[in-house]
Amino acid sequence: MSAQPLCAEAATAERTTTTRIPGWKNAGQLTIDQPTVEKETRAEEDLDLPWQVVVHNDPVNLMSYVTMVFQRVFGYPRERAERHMLEVHHKGRSVLWSGMLERAELYVQELHGYLLLATLEKIT
Amino acid sequence: MEICRRKNTIEITELDPFLAELLRQIPASANPEGIPAAEQRLFSAPTNGKEKEICTEWKLYVEPELRRLFQTATETVAADLEQLNGNEKSFANRTLCIPAKHADAWLSALNQARLVIAAKNNFTDGELGDHFRSPIGSRRDLSLFQVNFYGFLQEFILRELDSPEKPPKD
Repeated sequence: MSAQPLCAEAATAERTTTTRIPGWKNAGQLTIDQPTVEKETRAEEDLDLPWQVVVHNDPVNLMSYVTMVFQRVFGYPRERAERHMLEVHHKGRSVLWSGMLERAELYVQELHGYLLLATLEKIT
Repeated sequence: MEICRRKNTIEITELDPFLAELLRQIPASANPEGIPAAEQRLFSAPTNGKEKEICTEWKLYVEPELRRLFQTATETVAADLEQLNGNEKSFANRTLCIPAKHADAWLSALNQARLVIAAKNNFTDGELGDHFRSPIGSRRDLSLFQVNFYGFLQEFILRELDSPEKPPKD
């Protein structure tokens, strides 16, 4: 099936997501997979390190329902929402969004409101 | 049973007494009270357990909001289902009209009910994926049928939401 290359593409997209860390002079854009900064300032890391919103597979929620929820909550186009839904279905989980804690919490709350199994995870 | 969209309502006609009874049971089936596995599923933890502080605050502030949200949806559905409590003979086929603006409430209540029933019966992935199991020979079979029937209704409502004529929002 074509799920594997789609998932790989999604994973690559997530790895290269960039975020700007406020308050850090000359920090510029930091890619999530760069571990150098987190070793230098532990306390700052706890505050600023991005989090990710993960949706986990469950056998009850319908595939079409999960796709609709991803479109509504994240504003993703249908194709992207379906790609994440299939990743959840085949791999057991999919990272839907990454960024700062407060926003991630809101997303997880919204996903729980739709009865999806979603968690916050700190990116390490 | 026939199901179709008419302007701003989703109409279920030729509803036999058995299916009408299953629909009547949606609000009760969606109630996780006294079923720890269902409570745990409907109000799942926001982290994988490592972030204790987040989980504590979640229980305090977010969970009550989710409870209200779920309850509002089941109350809306319960009110729509009162149409099935008429004076007609109990064996007569019924019609149920669901306002399109209640579609989200129905999706939520049906989902709550499916999750609670699945958690209560501890259905396996194999059982949940078997949509052609028949006949109904036990209470467990009936519960599985109920999960699949509610899923069928969800699929229909989702298809209607996806159609060009969008229902008006509340």
